[in-house]
Amino acid sequence: MKYTEDHEWLSLDGDIVTVGITDHAQEQLGDIVFVELPEVGTLISKDDEVVVIESVKAASDIAAPIDGEIVEVNESLTTSPSKVNDDAEGEAWFFKVKIDDTSQLDQYMSEDDYKDLIA
Amino acid sequence: MADLKTTPLHALHRELGAKMVPFAGYEMPVQYPMGVMKEHLHTRAAAGLFDVSHMGQVMLESENAALDLERLVPQSLVGLKDRRQRYAFFTNESGGIMDDLMVARARDGHLFVVVNAACKDADIAHMKAGLQNSDVVVITDRALLALQGPLAEVALNRIIPVAEMAFMDIATFPSDYGNLWVSRSGYSGEDGFEISVQADRAEAFARALLAMEEVEPVGLGARDSLRLEAGLCLYGNDLDETTDPVQANLTWAIQKARKPGGERAGGYPGEHVISAKLANAPDPEDRRRVGIHPEGRAPMRDGVVLYEAEDAADPVGIVTSGAFGPTVGHPISMGYLPQRLSTTGTRIWGDVRGKRMPARVTDLPFRPSTYKR
Repeated sequence: MKYTEDHEWLSLDGDIVTVGITDHAQEQLGDIVFVELPEVGTLISKDDEVVVIESVKAASDIAAPIDGEIVEVNESLTTSPSKVNDDAEGEAWFFKVKIDDTSQLDQYMSEDDYKDLIA
Repeated sequence: MADLKTTPLHALHRELGAKMVPFAGYEMPVQYPMGVMKEHLHTRAAAGLFDVSHMGQVMLESENAALDLERLVPQSLVGLKDRRQRYAFFTNESGGIMDDLMVARARDGHLFVVVNAACKDADIAHMKAGLQNSDVVVITDRALLALQGPLAEVALNRIIPVAEMAFMDIATFPSDYGNLWVSRSGYSGEDGFEISVQADRAEAFARALLAMEEVEPVGLGARDSLRLEAGLCLYGNDLDETTDPVQANLTWAIQKARKPGGERAGGYPGEHVISAKLANAPDPEDRRRVGIHPEGRAPMRDGVVLYEAEDAADPVGIVTSGAFGPTVGHPISMGYLPQRLSTTGTRIWGDVRGKRMPARVTDLPFRPSTYKR
């Protein structure tokens, strides 16, 4: 698992990266009431705004951490957005991206480094 | 947050783990560890304790304070019975609303007034200038707490006997926490009470309530979603100086005695604008405050621009408050539309992040209020 400074987690399996937000991020956002996901097939570039999350407080954008193609999105979040509060680093992943170059993940933090960041 | 004022409960908020934010010049709790959603639901199910000490408490002292204050508001205060409270608003010369407030008739005809924190300095100056026959006494040594929810009565009744009070009654009670000034009111759409307590006894009083099983502390975040579900206006969002009571859909709060043909009709700032609107058929293009139910799950928050059709070029209105309604389970908004589009059921479109999302005009409140009449 890799972590970004924007509090996203990335999990690599072959050439597919699963992306979600960290437990720390959901705690900061508060109760999540709405999640808008990208469409399957969308080509994304790093820093594109791909997901919108609305908490009881405000809307936040989630930026794409990598280049690639969206191959799957977690549709269950659109009907049950509060899953993100319950299991941010497990069942409440946002989308899966097919990537060509797995070295894109090298720039991101290890779990220990991320824990230091939020400590 | 160096320049912010604090309330007498500041240390307690910190101790309870509140997240503090600047609000109207005060450092206030926006939420406690429970979180906005659960605080909201707890208030609807049991009882929530709110610190509203940032609001202004003012006593208007004179036997004729009621007639005096009628110079500044379109409400009938002469008609307000002893120990009763009423919703009111200050109007300006063009009929716009300067602030909304609660007015209670206390002993000897004096009026006890509670005004919004952000407006209180202006309101006090306005009253001092406009009330020739009453002393405007600003109360700075008392905190104000609100206890709201279906179990508020059970909880507060353990300290003082409030069960006999009806909605919008006021009373004073001696207690272990000094003299408490109580009104059966609030701003959550729930039955409940607002309690004015001496500043130096406020923390002990709050602790006594919080020690009860029914009571949890609730911050400004849930206060906002509760009042929005109840269809109540937030001054600065849903009401402002450019919006008159007819546009704000608050004509219910202007009593017959002050309307055209009434025994004390007019005589308040902006009377010419408001009376003309009350006497004539509505202008279909004039603005009206409405409830808005977005059809999707995306909240339409304040500032969302409203359109008559999905492809219409020109906006027709704007959202002034919007959130997810935890009790109703869907997004809810209030905003302004032309009167011709203000009928319940009318379909409109809101621009959410560049996309036109459908919504319907709906009746307010979103959730029926549960006041004890």
